[in-house]
Amino acid sequence: MSTSLDRRVALRDPTARLERMMEIREFEGRVKDLFFEGVVSGTTHLCEGQEAVSVGLAATLRPTDHVTCTYRGHGVALALGCEPSAVLGEIMGRTVGLVGGVGGSMHLSERAVGLMPTFAIVGGGIPVAVGAGLSCQVLGGDDVAVAVFGDGATNIGAFHESLNLAAVWKLPVVFVVENNLYGEYSPIASTTAVTDLAVRAGSYAMPAETVDGQVVDDVAAAVRRAVERARGGDGPTLLEMKTYRYSGHSRADTGPYRPDGELEAWQGRDPIALYADALVAAGTVTAGEVDALRSAVTERIDEVVAEVRQAPEPDPSAMFGHIHA
Amino acid sequence: MTKLRMNQAVSAALADAMREDPAVVVIGEDVAVPGGVFKATDGLLAEFGVGRVRDTPISEMGFLGAAVGAAATGLRPVVEIMFGEFLGVALDQLVTEAAKLRYLSAGQYGVPLTVRASVGAGLGFGAQHSQCLETWFYATPGLKVAVASGPQTAYGLLRAAVRDDDPVVVLEPRRLYGGRAEVVTGDDGIIALGSAEVRTAGDDVTLVALGGTVPVAQEAADGAGWGAEVVDLRTLVPWDVATVLDSVRRTGRLVVVEEGPFSGGWGTEIAARVASELFGELRAPVHRVTSPDVPVPYAKPLETRYVPTVEYVREQVGELIETGRTPRPWWSREGAHR
Repeated sequence: MSTSLDRRVALRDPTARLERMMEIREFEGRVKDLFFEGVVSGTTHLCEGQEAVSVGLAATLRPTDHVTCTYRGHGVALALGCEPSAVLGEIMGRTVGLVGGVGGSMHLSERAVGLMPTFAIVGGGIPVAVGAGLSCQVLGGDDVAVAVFGDGATNIGAFHESLNLAAVWKLPVVFVVENNLYGEYSPIASTTAVTDLAVRAGSYAMPAETVDGQVVDDVAAAVRRAVERARGGDGPTLLEMKTYRYSGHSRADTGPYRPDGELEAWQGRDPIALYADALVAAGTVTAGEVDALRSAVTERIDEVVAEVRQAPEPDPSAMFGHIHA
Repeated sequence: MTKLRMNQAVSAALADAMREDPAVVVIGEDVAVPGGVFKATDGLLAEFGVGRVRDTPISEMGFLGAAVGAAATGLRPVVEIMFGEFLGVALDQLVTEAAKLRYLSAGQYGVPLTVRASVGAGLGFGAQHSQCLETWFYATPGLKVAVASGPQTAYGLLRAAVRDDDPVVVLEPRRLYGGRAEVVTGDDGIIALGSAEVRTAGDDVTLVALGGTVPVAQEAADGAGWGAEVVDLRTLVPWDVATVLDSVRRTGRLVVVEEGPFSGGWGTEIAARVASELFGELRAPVHRVTSPDVPVPYAKPLETRYVPTVEYVREQVGELIETGRTPRPWWSREGAHR
């Protein structure tokens, strides 16, 4: 049986990167269905459209690097290697979930692949990643920390304090902002003084890059440059991933506040289609193999959904675990 | 045994903890080069260097959040929050992140973090630098809360907090930093979290105090016409229920002495538990001697009345014992406020 680490290592292969993006897309579609069916309670924040950021990032990091991520974290968790059944188990509040069902959709964690508990507070994970970078610096070695957050978080004080602190202490941290153009229901231009967020690094004398977040290997290459700088002791980097959230902010939000044609325009640069076309053009896979991959992913996620539906809910005693050492 | 001021006891505890464990780092505003505004981190930079003793920007959200992340990934940080009030801008990092990472990771990530903060009135710093803030933290499962009452508890509780594998808030009453006393250092000086100390024996009443009110309660009991068991609670979360119940079982009366507003004070928890568990054994109503429900005032005569004084405690306890009824607080009795 494959492990989370095997799933992580697999991403060195381009076809596996394509497959993982398909897996995330399929997974998120099922989560939406399960939510409307009423078997996922509370809320969900889906990442359809942003798969290339998650997978490009995961393909580049080591499992011993530390990652903090937001509540829009299903894709990052799957990309880092977490098993789909464990991620869905958590979203459905089952014992087979990553943290046994006490966390839910917004709280995913698996230390073996470096995923710290995902943060349900906008900006909450950014200083925590800075601290993980501090551990790397003080304890030695060349692991790094990565904070993944949305454009909305760049208006939070913790973002600015974190970039400043990481710069002052020259910590091995990579700040990855997924600029999907909306903070909750509000378009970025209505809430944010600059819409190209990479410029915010300038206030902290920090290098930054603007990256096409729809192209998985562009993401991977940019992350690699930032990570190499961090591992080499040259301090933090801000990477702005230009991407788009196909779904609304959460739950039943369909994004009615978006201008006509915007979604369709972004779907015209779909990260999965772009990468499939690139791999076919390069002769890495055939069009038939792409179709076969997609069918295999659908089948596998079908099995995962069936399995998790049967999984037990936690006993009342489960709520008392892991509060203290 | 060495005679130390409370701020020196803090420095000594940090130095001993850092010698014991290379993962211990000290982080805060002006803690390194200046040695802390209260001189509670003096000498650490010289011995342990800039890697482990770090001055930060004025940026609690950033550096407390960083300490949470560092604690979860291999370090054992001790953060100084110069004035406890500054935790207000970083409550998310403490209450919503640090206290929950172990839970939300099913035990994969612990947070061995110690947050030291100065608290309390008495130094004329005004309403935004004089509060006691225990109640900000005590209803947050996942956090532990200890409060120093002098040099020995400052040393012993801090050592225990640093060794603890979970986040601990250690509050230090600022007006006590300059007080000197003999301090047992090393392992013998460490005070287990969750253990209260019965400081004096007496038959008539149990006075439960915490932090800055411990010396007040102690002095009130010394030379009073009644005999009090003065209990220094030392840790508020978890608090030592057994020691308090044992004491009140013996004395039949409980008075909690608190610095801080009457409404919602930490003593409500103690009073409610004792009243509930020992209902039939009490000789008088449980009673709380507290500050009024006001921000901490600046003018000296006002600030002096804000914190329960020795005379006030003695008077309240005396009346409770004599009448068996709940005494009215001074502000009601004097007509200062209804």
